[in-house]
Amino acid sequence: MKKNWAAYPYIFWIVIFTVVPLILLFYFGLTIKDSKGVVITLANFKRFGEPVYIKVLIRSLILAAESTFLCLLLGYPAAMILADRKLNFKSTMILLMVLPMWMNFLVRTYAWLTLLEKKGIINMLLGYIGLPPLNLLYNDFAVIMGMVYNFLPFMVLPIYSVLSKMDHRLIEAAEDLGANPLYTFRKVIFPLSLPGVTSGITMVFMPSVTTFVISRLLGGGQYTLIGNLIEEQFLTTGDWNFGSAISIIMMLIILVSMGFASQYETHQEGGGLW
Amino acid sequence: MVTGFFKRGYLFLMFVFLYAPIIVLALYSFNSSRSRGSWDGFTFQWYLDMFQDRHILASLYYSIIIGVAASLVATVVGTAAAFGIHNMKSLPQSAAMNLTYIPVLNPDIVTGISFMLLFIFLHIRLGFATLLLSHITFNIPYVILSVLPRIKQLDKSLYEAALDLGATPNQGFHKIILPEIMPGVITGLLLSFTLSLDDFVISFFTTGSGVSNLSITIYSMARRGINPKINALSTLMFVCVLILLIIVNVLMSRQQNSNNSRRLGNV
Amino acid sequence: MSKKLIHLVLVVAILACALFITGCGKPKKEINVYNWGDYIDESVLKNFEKKFHIKVNYDTFTTNEDMYVKLKVGGGHYDVAIPSDYMIKRMIDEGMLDKLDFHNIPNYKYIGTNYRNLGYDPKNEYSIPYMWGTVGILYNKKMVNGKPDSWRILWDKKYAKQILMLDSQRDSVGIALKMLGYSLNSKNPAELEAAKKALIEQKPLVLAYVVDEVKDKMIAGEAALALVWSGDAFYCIRENKDLDYVIPKEGSNYWFDAMVIPKVSPHKKEAEMFINYMCQTDVAYKNADYIGYASPHTEAVKRLPAGITHNRSAYPLPQDLTKSEIFVNLGTTIKLMDKIWTEIKSE
Repeated sequence: MKKNWAAYPYIFWIVIFTVVPLILLFYFGLTIKDSKGVVITLANFKRFGEPVYIKVLIRSLILAAESTFLCLLLGYPAAMILADRKLNFKSTMILLMVLPMWMNFLVRTYAWLTLLEKKGIINMLLGYIGLPPLNLLYNDFAVIMGMVYNFLPFMVLPIYSVLSKMDHRLIEAAEDLGANPLYTFRKVIFPLSLPGVTSGITMVFMPSVTTFVISRLLGGGQYTLIGNLIEEQFLTTGDWNFGSAISIIMMLIILVSMGFASQYETHQEGGGLW
Repeated sequence: MVTGFFKRGYLFLMFVFLYAPIIVLALYSFNSSRSRGSWDGFTFQWYLDMFQDRHILASLYYSIIIGVAASLVATVVGTAAAFGIHNMKSLPQSAAMNLTYIPVLNPDIVTGISFMLLFIFLHIRLGFATLLLSHITFNIPYVILSVLPRIKQLDKSLYEAALDLGATPNQGFHKIILPEIMPGVITGLLLSFTLSLDDFVISFFTTGSGVSNLSITIYSMARRGINPKINALSTLMFVCVLILLIIVNVLMSRQQNSNNSRRLGNV
Repeated sequence: MSKKLIHLVLVVAILACALFITGCGKPKKEINVYNWGDYIDESVLKNFEKKFHIKVNYDTFTTNEDMYVKLKVGGGHYDVAIPSDYMIKRMIDEGMLDKLDFHNIPNYKYIGTNYRNLGYDPKNEYSIPYMWGTVGILYNKKMVNGKPDSWRILWDKKYAKQILMLDSQRDSVGIALKMLGYSLNSKNPAELEAAKKALIEQKPLVLAYVVDEVKDKMIAGEAALALVWSGDAFYCIRENKDLDYVIPKEGSNYWFDAMVIPKVSPHKKEAEMFINYMCQTDVAYKNADYIGYASPHTEAVKRLPAGITHNRSAYPLPQDLTKSEIFVNLGTTIKLMDKIWTEIKSE
């Protein structure tokens, strides 16, 4: 069964489509084109150090952190309930949780426009019970809401899959030894579910930091997040060098945070997502 | 009792949160008024309009054809690669695996932009071909990651026994190995197909004149405002996904049953 | 059983794929047209295909910059594009456009003399005007007291969170400059800085920065005031009678969008056929009627309802535009403009 050659087409492919593009990205990030031609420089990275861009970066990180935290807060109880052995129709419930993810994510984001508008459904309902309309669209709330909505299942499922594989005898033992439910949770359940929590956090945080679509559609163009900044450099300003430099910075941030996360993670296969 | 009620209530609220937008979207696709403020009556007009809209139809066509072609190619290349990687010595193996993880871990926007840089560097005109190539590329890792565990679980002695009993390597591969890894291959195929259908960011940067998939079309339509045609399209897509999932589930449970019964019979 | 099933699925999938690929054998002639979103009566394209047996691949962009980047570096091989004045100038300067062969475009004769040989293309060699218009304020009469006459109303705290601005660097910065009494085309860093300050000060009042969504939002009454292009304004007014459009007294920007043929175009002859077709009276009329911008086509204008063509907000007379300017290419100031815009939006 020596089939080393079977990987050759793939190696070839990966060199062309993964390695070369990354080299190009670094090439553009580390150069500047001026009247004298192409110059190797760190100027693009220095430029990112200007307060405007640092502000954008910090804002993206804060918004992503907020929505990740909300996902955890909402998703953990849901995962616990789903992992409960006494739950009826368990597989249907899980299917229901996954189902929206099969829908095009733009469609899901788009759906919120209809709900959040000034004359949208939520304000219409508020009107029926005599409350004044709220400004729901085009603010922090809308952007975070869009992120939570899109990425919540990514938080619930990994936690669920860890919790449901957990050895139930440990919990029983803790209870037998007189621990109250809260104490059992703090000392037994939560620590054991940490691998699921970390993979959930990375799976939510990563796309939240890098999105440029949710902030564009639900933030009404007022939210330049780091993803928007990159998109603008490539598609509006045409400053590829700066755009590449920001991309590299973002890639490093993601890879470093993934590295931290994987310290906790045990090798579980796929987290049972699909 | 009380906690049971509370738990069910919590799940219920969560599902309301997850499904409210979808249900609203579906309802509005039947509203004969264009504006959201009023319900003027039931209509199929938007569905008819949608099928008249050649922009939407063209992007549906591209979405499907790119999805099918990219997932098939990715499955073949990825499955072969999984065998190759499995048989590598440990150093090249870990190098290959790390490279495989790059497109999975990299933010979509970075992947999309690096593809765009590549195609422009190679002077390949952005369009159908570049879209297809990028989709294949981001699909392959997922195929490898779903096939590789299956290969690790393979029982080598079965294959060797088949060869000892006079099977050619080819027969051995088809009769012994392929059926064993098939679930992983199918998972990879389905996963690729759905990822490909769902992708927006990478497609956005790698497509060119005249070629746009559904995601891109929806994005540009959504920026123009709420359009009942998108509601109709989204509802239709949701129903299709639902039907597809039900079919897959029924098939899988049947397959499981038949496998179980076969195994029982063997015992 | 399961294996057979899987094989069957695979075979079907491959067959379907093959059918798709062979089924998409394209007709020999085709052109790629690159236009603004929602900027044509689409039936016009179908009729062109029928008449000339040339397939039209129609693509849209949202900003001039977007189009420029795709053409310049994105490998978009478009045959006809419809950018605005300052962008046409920039593209001519950078050698991105082909000269037109006016023998192939006899319908050029219908273009009014006022709209020929303009600053961006002084000898009129590269472009044929498609539409023209102004930038102004669209407002909802039910939500705004009286008729606004100054850009200052967009800075009025009374309308907090009821103002929509254009998500377009040059337009939004441009009107801020105008409000402050400067030129739209200012390259003076101090003036640009002042415009930036004004826009940052305005930001808390702004509901959203939008482009195409503005129509839907204004028709639905989601906002009271919006910075818009005139054509969008008249489209909205047609749908919602409560809306009206003004060009503020400080003056504004008036602009031209014109058809050009990029150097990269592989089908120059067909592209000229298309441009000529777009200048046919019935086609120009259909587009002007659908889009709502002012048409430079003299015959088409005659067919439009007098209520529109005699409305001086829709078809301003030269004396209405004395304080208004056409954009010019800013050169390297674009980078500064982009930074200003990022600063405003990340505030």
